[in-house]
Amino acid sequence: MTDVAIALTVNGQNIKVSVEPRLTLAALLRRRLRLTGTHLGCEHGVCGACTVIVDGDAVRSCLILAVQADGVEITTVEGLAHGETLSPLQSAFKKHHALQCGFCTPGILTTMHALLSEEPDAAEERIRHVLSGNICRCTGYLPIVEAVLEAAEAYRKKAQP
Amino acid sequence: MKPFVGQSLERLEDDRLLRGEATFVDDIMLDDMIYLAVFRSPIAHGRIIRVDLTRAKEMNGVVAAFAGADFDALPKIPLRLAPVEGVARFLQRPIARDKVRYVGEPIAVVLATTPELAEDALELIDIEIDQLQPVVDWATASTPGALLFEENNTNVTARYTVSEGDMAKAFAAAAYTRRETFYCHRHTALPMETRGLVASWDETDGRMKIWGSTKVLWFNRKTTAEALGLEMDQVHMMGTDVGGGFGVRGELYPEDFLVPFVAKKIGRPVKWIEDRREHLMATNHSREITCDLEIACSREGLILGLRGTVYGDMGAYTRTNGGIVPVRTAQFLIGPYRIRALEFDVAIFVSNKTPVGTYRGPGRFEANFFRERLMDMAANDLGIDPAEFRSINLIREDELPYSTGKLVPYENPFIYDTGNYQTGLDRVLEAIGYDRLRALNGKEIDGRRHGVGLTCFVECSGGGPKENSRVVLERDGTISVHTGCSMIGQGLETALTQLAADTLGIEMKHIRVHNASTENLDEGFGTFASRGAIRGGNAVVDGAKNFIEQITRFANEVMDRAANDLQWANGAITDHDGTILYDLPTLAKYAAEREQSVEANGSYFSTGLTFSYGAHAAYVAVDPRTGAVEVLDYYAAEDIGVAINPMVVHGQLIGSIVQGLGGAFLDHLIYDEDGQFLTGTLADYLVPTATDFPKVRGESYGEKLASTNPLGVKGAGEGGIVGVAGAVANAVAAALRPLDVKITSLPLSPPLLWKSITETANQVSSN
Repeated sequence: MTDVAIALTVNGQNIKVSVEPRLTLAALLRRRLRLTGTHLGCEHGVCGACTVIVDGDAVRSCLILAVQADGVEITTVEGLAHGETLSPLQSAFKKHHALQCGFCTPGILTTMHALLSEEPDAAEERIRHVLSGNICRCTGYLPIVEAVLEAAEAYRKKAQP
Repeated sequence: MKPFVGQSLERLEDDRLLRGEATFVDDIMLDDMIYLAVFRSPIAHGRIIRVDLTRAKEMNGVVAAFAGADFDALPKIPLRLAPVEGVARFLQRPIARDKVRYVGEPIAVVLATTPELAEDALELIDIEIDQLQPVVDWATASTPGALLFEENNTNVTARYTVSEGDMAKAFAAAAYTRRETFYCHRHTALPMETRGLVASWDETDGRMKIWGSTKVLWFNRKTTAEALGLEMDQVHMMGTDVGGGFGVRGELYPEDFLVPFVAKKIGRPVKWIEDRREHLMATNHSREITCDLEIACSREGLILGLRGTVYGDMGAYTRTNGGIVPVRTAQFLIGPYRIRALEFDVAIFVSNKTPVGTYRGPGRFEANFFRERLMDMAANDLGIDPAEFRSINLIREDELPYSTGKLVPYENPFIYDTGNYQTGLDRVLEAIGYDRLRALNGKEIDGRRHGVGLTCFVECSGGGPKENSRVVLERDGTISVHTGCSMIGQGLETALTQLAADTLGIEMKHIRVHNASTENLDEGFGTFASRGAIRGGNAVVDGAKNFIEQITRFANEVMDRAANDLQWANGAITDHDGTILYDLPTLAKYAAEREQSVEANGSYFSTGLTFSYGAHAAYVAVDPRTGAVEVLDYYAAEDIGVAINPMVVHGQLIGSIVQGLGGAFLDHLIYDEDGQFLTGTLADYLVPTATDFPKVRGESYGEKLASTNPLGVKGAGEGGIVGVAGAVANAVAAALRPLDVKITSLPLSPPLLWKSITETANQVSSN
């Protein structure tokens, strides 16, 4: 099949690329754009490691095709920090030791960033429920929940008019 | 300056991981790189009649394809550990030659310009396999019939007996005996990053670089070099970030030979990244042990003897870990208890399933489940409280060091070094509120039955005997520390930096600990058996001390001073009165001017082992109508001697408890009667998610320093997992005691537990 030209925004940058229709969004980000922070843990939509934010929603980049991302705005883990300064979520993860090997972390950060942006008041139960779509083998999730609960404060402040 | 050791400092590895800037093996992208995909056996046992690569080779984008005889130059994958007599007869070739012996065994490989095309081409490989009768478990393996290796004329890879004390006397004197058969099911580590390799052969300088081997780099380098017919210094194993090890990653697997072999043959860099389905059928499985165990006690509850048979189902081949899982199971059946008569028969089998290797707490998770379950049965029969029964039998502080006797044929007797096993148990009883909870055992509350269960454990850590380090003054005045231990996400970079900073008396920001790589150190031993702090840590301290000597000597030379005139203090070279004369950047500048390297090697060697210890307690509610278990509270305590970074070791404890809860309740690798693998996706193979076990607590504390290493540290990576199955199984059994449900088998998944409950109820009603 012939390549398809698409245009999208990734971490604030306008990107124009020509892709094979079969290429997944994850493969586009990782191999073509060299944004290797997005990780592939299962390639069948269960583990959540490859989650990126597409027009505000947490989306598994292994389950959608790059051509489907034409015209969207994407934030990957590389787009979360503000330059040298870690985002409130990233800082809280560091403080609470919410990552060990860090392989699942990009997908958890993006999932939780999307959640708290929409629902800054999310309580522990809601956070656990949403987090249950991401697998972490190292931490047992407890410090992740603590970190997200702490970071939520920054999202609440931002949400105030 | 306040010592860094003992502080809960934020980790140095976190920034790159949080920013998505880490380098995992799949992030290595080389020019001209091609991608390898593995064609794996779709059936469990058969004779290969034909492998036809013609159509695959003709496909657009395919660079090459290889099978069978193409790899005849490669030797079998050697043993690294547990060389029990007999197991080496069952080693695996990197590629199936005449027979396939498990679903997932490599038969052929394809190389293409993209990973997608390589996978497509697998569909074009034509094979013909004559199916043979599969051997699906150890019980079938032990009966006459199909053989995996006809030339060996048996499916038993090894059999041995270890014994201590007078067993006949123990059982003759016993007022009480009980014998039960237990089963720990097949499951595995499932790190979030699957395995992967990049191999690059440089024809001009004759060097092979390999990324992705991340556990025992120097052993793998030596073995790979031999297999490829290269000199050892022609092969380099490069460190990368690692998405979880837990024992399974970084051992030598078939792909570790296939990938560099074809990279050299074709002359282009080759990448292979395992997908999750492959991972579940190709990466080591673990834990599958059956144990027939008998206990002898006095009426007062003193354990007089423990004997039994350990049956290990090792899958189709002996891999690098040899017989380690059944071997360690037999070794750890004694636990932290004063049992003078021990006799264990160990029988190790092959079957038509994925080969077995180590997984966090190998043999311990299993042995503690078997013994602690049997102890609870005995305590119940004797009318003694389970906590009291344990206290009666725990080795007392004044009995340490304690020799277990020779429980492994190829190793010396194990000497438990230091501890206070009773306080380990007391901490857990106190924290969980044991006295209050035990009154609830078997009670129905809100339709569910409640129970509390215990496990006491010892954990052997710091497998040795040696580790090395190298400490180097860099041109910019920073200090590089190289270690032979790999960083696999456990926080070693931070912990070793804390140790180096304290020894050198400088701020941590001046030090960079590098991930293990054979380019940076001549010899190293790796990361396994919770040895990073013990072996790696003591080696880094030694290297840092030697570095102080070297830099002081250098300063004296440069300044043309008599030896001992200048000294190292407060992170600089000072005069004898402590006045700072030269700081690190200045010394680095002098070294650069003189084209001299200021560096020192360090090492740590000791055959002594250290044993962490502690206890676990679980409080559960069981719904007898569904078999669902909720863990209402969980507490584990482990004495690790010294916590270099308390936050990091606490993370190890909590994380490994939850991993163990998954092992006890969820994770299960299932095969059908044809040896067909049924759990090849994460929708079939379940692991804990954030909603499963929200109530887990614990403490890694330092009460007794290890006596066998200078830092006094005990390993901290595995104590959290080793007691989980025993504790939750005892809690579930206590909850279901009024229903007479016998808990002897894992996992305690809802369908299996429901089946036990229902079958017991049906038996009772039909009697």
